[in-house]
Amino acid sequence: MAFGPHLLLAALEGLVTSAVLALTALGLSLVFGVMRVVNVAHGEFYMLGAVIAWWVASLVGGHPAVGFLAALVISPLIVGVIAFAAERLVLARLSYSPEATIVATIGMLYILQQAALSLYGPEARPVPPPFNYRILLPWFGYSGYKLSVVVASALLLLATWYVLAKTRIGLVMRATQYDRETAQAFGIPVGQVYAGVFALGAMLAAVAAVLIVPISQAHYLMGHDPLLLSFIVVIIGGLGSLRGTVVAAVAIGMADGIISVFFSPTLAKIIATLLVALVLVFRPQGLFGETAR
Amino acid sequence: MTAVLTISGLDCYYGAVQVLRGFSLTLERGEVHCLLGRNGAGKTTALKAIMGLVPARAGSIVLKGRELTRLPPHEVPKAGIAYVPQGRRLFAEMTVAENLEIGLMTRGKGDQTRESVLELFPLLRERLRQRSGTLSGGEQQMLAMARALCLEPDVLLLDEPTEGLMPSMIARIRETVATLGQRGVSTILVEQRVDAVLPVATRVTFVDTGRARQTVAVEEVRANPGMVMHYVGVT
Repeated sequence: MAFGPHLLLAALEGLVTSAVLALTALGLSLVFGVMRVVNVAHGEFYMLGAVIAWWVASLVGGHPAVGFLAALVISPLIVGVIAFAAERLVLARLSYSPEATIVATIGMLYILQQAALSLYGPEARPVPPPFNYRILLPWFGYSGYKLSVVVASALLLLATWYVLAKTRIGLVMRATQYDRETAQAFGIPVGQVYAGVFALGAMLAAVAAVLIVPISQAHYLMGHDPLLLSFIVVIIGGLGSLRGTVVAAVAIGMADGIISVFFSPTLAKIIATLLVALVLVFRPQGLFGETAR
Repeated sequence: MTAVLTISGLDCYYGAVQVLRGFSLTLERGEVHCLLGRNGAGKTTALKAIMGLVPARAGSIVLKGRELTRLPPHEVPKAGIAYVPQGRRLFAEMTVAENLEIGLMTRGKGDQTRESVLELFPLLRERLRQRSGTLSGGEQQMLAMARALCLEPDVLLLDEPTEGLMPSMIARIRETVATLGQRGVSTILVEQRVDAVLPVATRVTFVDTGRARQTVAVEEVRANPGMVMHYVGVT
């Protein structure tokens, strides 16, 4: 294949990675931005989303699209409920202390991972894509489903932006993010907002996983890479910044896709990690973040 | 006069340190009640305790017959107490309109309340789309008060509202507090600057080491400057 089409293929792969990464990282970024909690278990909510998607799709049967759509609704809901319960039962009782919540979410990571291993098993299992359609470009054919993942992610990111910027729920979340004590003095039930945000963050990761599971496979250890890449994205973009998260996810995803195709996936990870180090040294608040108050 | 807010024997702690010791105070309808005392005397803590932001280990806070002491902090403003914290604590990244919206949402108030608040602070009407963090100090103080008044509160708690402001702005704030008093809103005003608050105060409570030591009519304070010197250290 000539260089041009090869580059286009790499860019398309990078775009799919970017789209899924943006959703996953946005969940992590929201949780940190509003709650100041570093959720080390975020990747496990992603893994749960994929595992539950496989379970739902297997139970529903029939046309793959029916199982997939059922998974797209049910899986994030179940993950959201689990995250809500974890927030109420664990994080709220630790009074959101930064150090204690890091340790607690590490504990959650292992509990969720081992629960998945026990109940789901060590196998990697695929979920059939809802449709099989190849877009025929002059140089190669490309999966229509992969492009639909990009469109779905973009729509979800837009919806999240709309909720945060234009609705009362978003106003309440932003007020809690900016000043927890003043938010309480204006009738905002901060504990409930935190629980909702933690659930929403986990649900965004779960949606990303449901979208990706027809391309990769559901596996109990699949949460590690998304967690690492999400941290890279939110550190570069700026914790709590939606715009920064999207820009950084596109940059990291595209670089990952292109460098992986032309050189090696390991080199892509090395460059991303180097970029994080540079951002931490020269702009610790991230490209679009603000200095901590 | 009728007592709107009654605080009795309030004990509060920061960790192991007791900061309020049997703090008691009665607030009448429409009065401007000033808390004076040195730095660290417990004035700000008293306001935070009323808002439920610092939990009370003993004592009671009763607003118009309703016990507030054990309410979660977010329920206190809904009962009718609005708080303007020290340093304004605006949501600086939000617009003026969004800050007001937060205030309106607290007790489910609507456009009518918003309009009456903007009549009181007409300058804010021109700034509705501006980010509140970019307002001048005086404008920020106006917005902080406007946001609180969006609750249509029975009681307004003002913590050092004149801090860092020009004399003309201080006069505006005094004027607004007096107007609110005439409308039946009771105010607890915490201040370091005695000269800034005495013209508008009805009664003064001197706070020292976490206790409300003495409550007197403002005329008595004017007649006896030594009292201010004793509790605040300046006149």
